[in-house]
Amino acid sequence: MSSTTPTFTRRAALSGLGSALALPAIRPAWAQGAPIKIGVLHSLSGTMAISETALRDTVLMMVEWANAQGGVLGRKLEAVVVDPASNWPLFAEKARELLQVHKVDVTFGCWTSVSRKSVLPVFEELKGLLFYPVQYEGEEESPNIFYTGAAPNQQAIPAVEYLMSADGGEAKRIVLLGTDYVYPRTTNRILRGFLNSKGIANADIMEEYTPFGHSDWQGIVARVKRFAGEGKKTAIVSTINGDANVPFYRELGNQGIKAEDIPCVAFSVGEEELAGIDTRPLVGHLAAWNYFMSVPGTPNEEFKKLWQAYIKNPKRVTNDPMEATYTGFRMWMQAVQKAGTPAVAQVTPALIGQKLMAPCGFEEEMLPNHHLSKPVLIGEVQADGQFNIVWKTPNAVKAENWSPFIPENANRRR
Amino acid sequence: MRRHLLGLFLALLLAWPAAAQDRFASALAGLGEGFGQTAEVVERLGALGDPRAIPLLQALQDGQLRRTPAGTVLLPDGRDAATGQPGDATGAEAVRINNRVRQALRGALGRLQLLSPDAEARRQAAEAVFRSPAPENVPLLDAALAKETDPGIRAQLELALAASQLRADDAAAKRDAVARLGTAATTEARALLIEARAANPDLATAIDVSIAAIEQRLAVRRAVETLFQGLSLGSVLLLAALGLAVTFGVMGVINMAHGEFVMLGAYATFVVQELCRGIPWLAPWSLPLAVPAAFLVTALAGAALERGLIRHLYGRPLETLLMTFGVGMIIQQAVRLAFGAQNREVTSPSWMQGTLTFPGGIAMTQNRLWIIVFGIFVLLLVVAAIRFTRFGLEMRAVVQNRRIAATMGIRTGRVDAMTFAFGSGLAGLAGVALSQIDNVSPNLGTGYIIDSFMVVVFGGVGSLAGTLVGALTLGVVNKVLEPYAGAVLAKVCVLVAIMLFIQRRPKGLFALKGRAAES
Repeated sequence: MSSTTPTFTRRAALSGLGSALALPAIRPAWAQGAPIKIGVLHSLSGTMAISETALRDTVLMMVEWANAQGGVLGRKLEAVVVDPASNWPLFAEKARELLQVHKVDVTFGCWTSVSRKSVLPVFEELKGLLFYPVQYEGEEESPNIFYTGAAPNQQAIPAVEYLMSADGGEAKRIVLLGTDYVYPRTTNRILRGFLNSKGIANADIMEEYTPFGHSDWQGIVARVKRFAGEGKKTAIVSTINGDANVPFYRELGNQGIKAEDIPCVAFSVGEEELAGIDTRPLVGHLAAWNYFMSVPGTPNEEFKKLWQAYIKNPKRVTNDPMEATYTGFRMWMQAVQKAGTPAVAQVTPALIGQKLMAPCGFEEEMLPNHHLSKPVLIGEVQADGQFNIVWKTPNAVKAENWSPFIPENANRRR
Repeated sequence: MRRHLLGLFLALLLAWPAAAQDRFASALAGLGEGFGQTAEVVERLGALGDPRAIPLLQALQDGQLRRTPAGTVLLPDGRDAATGQPGDATGAEAVRINNRVRQALRGALGRLQLLSPDAEARRQAAEAVFRSPAPENVPLLDAALAKETDPGIRAQLELALAASQLRADDAAAKRDAVARLGTAATTEARALLIEARAANPDLATAIDVSIAAIEQRLAVRRAVETLFQGLSLGSVLLLAALGLAVTFGVMGVINMAHGEFVMLGAYATFVVQELCRGIPWLAPWSLPLAVPAAFLVTALAGAALERGLIRHLYGRPLETLLMTFGVGMIIQQAVRLAFGAQNREVTSPSWMQGTLTFPGGIAMTQNRLWIIVFGIFVLLLVVAAIRFTRFGLEMRAVVQNRRIAATMGIRTGRVDAMTFAFGSGLAGLAGVALSQIDNVSPNLGTGYIIDSFMVVVFGGVGSLAGTLVGALTLGVVNKVLEPYAGAVLAKVCVLVAIMLFIQRRPKGLFALKGRAAES
């Protein structure tokens, strides 16, 4: 597998070269010093490629954008792309390669928590800096990682609260469906604690896990239907990741599960994942994120314009992890300017307290716990594959990476 | 005097629609101000029974209804919904809806369309009213039942009536409703009864009897549906394994690139779909067209592989295994370079979407049903090719005794190539079927190669009947175990069971006997 990777690096470097040549004739006069290297650690093949490929493109877009503005500290940025191929141990190998061979100053990467857990010791050992752009289960705080996606209190908990509210359909029974790895299992553990605290008994919670890339959903969807037929309004909370979502939603549509009867709220399905499915049977199913492409406002308009111009396709969609990548990248640039150097030891403290008017329409701030303050949005799938925002928090919510609904965290209160 | 009366009558005539107009117009107040208010307006309109509400509610459902900042509601054709006159559309925005509004819409539209002249609309209306029961529905449903002649719709209306009577105050009707719901065999009816049980302690025993009756019917249906799911999984395994049953079972070639041939078949389906997209009358038939195309593409790839590489390695299984494994990786990368690492979308034609409901309420999804049919078709194709064609005869001859076959004038090399091409072509057919239920990605095949070998070895190498029985057994066992063990553990259990089985019977279910098999 690893033998395939240099091809990708070389290809990315070539395309980078191509776009560099295509830039306007006014070449910024680079100051002395080697270029600042940006590592990109996203799966470009395998089951997670459906989600992660767009994030690689987002980082490359930001590198091009920063260079067009004259780089950072007068130095040019240079992206180094590797392909960990949805293979979790390979993530650690590739992270080591980025830090030791390519000597990158900062890395943007990972989607699944299992890949992040795999690279974490590498980044801590080699004193690297990783920006992780996806919502996750919390229960982690590494000095070498900045988490620009949502913590559970910024996504999972508000989404379930919405399902239980009058507008969300007053669900009394919850089905927790997930892919079998650390993020769904931890999130569902937190959710179970939360549901129990709201008076929902364990008998009214169904929990099921499937392997990555699972395609035969008929039995599980039939069981969900049966569970819903035992009285009380039922809702599905899906932490299914990667391309298993396509056959899952297809099965929901085929078995006629309508959002009015059993709404399904997803935490890892955005505009990019829906781009490959016929969404007409799915109208009304929900997703909880901190950004939707349909958010109104200038910061989002600029973000979308930048993306569609970069990818040269006016139909390409943006999504939450792309926005988190964008926000993280901008904050990192601000911190490097402030610190006067891209060195990790100086940039890390400079990042705390960085603020940015993010495309989600709110000002986000990097908190001392390496997480962001973010608004929570809940959207319903529309026939065109976009989300209709039906609920949002009035303000940005501060991240709680240690969930109060996990008993072991009781003595962790600061 | 008479003139006066006439005048009064005329005045009444004019005032009558105006009054109705007013009630309709005032019911619209609050539409589009928030999801809660919109849902209330929808409920009010449903209760009012004014037919003008139907186009309005349908427009709301489709997201076509607009509202100006001043609060005027505009129909899709630009008329003011309250007055029917052309309205001013400046600044108008679409009224947004959420699940709560959608739920209210379904109930309201159902009530308004119970007496529609269109039978399909009435059937949907009865279904919708069943799903949103309310005491006010009882007189409406009585009226609808009095007029309804279609037995199917009548049955649905009866259920809807029972559901609404459960919520009403008439004790005798309620008891009757409980008994009637007991004759239904749907989870929805059971849910209604469970809900009613808490509110009506006096009816608890009657409700329990009805629930038990429903449970009994549901248990039968569940067993049939589990069997169907098992057969469906089994037919997928069968399709994936049939090609292997020929290349591995008959020829003895361990072809690790078999999964990649399946994947090539799925990509061939994608390409055919893209080619057909430009021709409107051909587009719905792209899937049947993909069947021969996928077979040809993978058969040619198989023939090339056999002639170019495998024939030099006959009798050396280890080298064949490694070489085909490498070829599989090369094919995967090649596809990744040509089509990209992202999944490709193969759309299902409309006749493969949705669910088919059989009498008794047994529901089967169309795409799975077609795949079972396709699996049977391919199996018959293989049996026919081996039994009744000259190629099949030569193939059997070469397998039984290569030298004698050669002395009889059979070009054994050509037969080898054709057999391998045939097996590979079957893998391509599996790819067509898999494109309907799985993601078309370069990794598609890797998920099926182990399962295919498992089926062939379990069923007995070289036996088509074994492959059939093996595939169906594994599918059904997997699906029966799944509810108890979960998807992950069910698979583990099946693997362990096969390991134990192979220990006992190394030759599988249908072991070949005789001298040819021994050598």
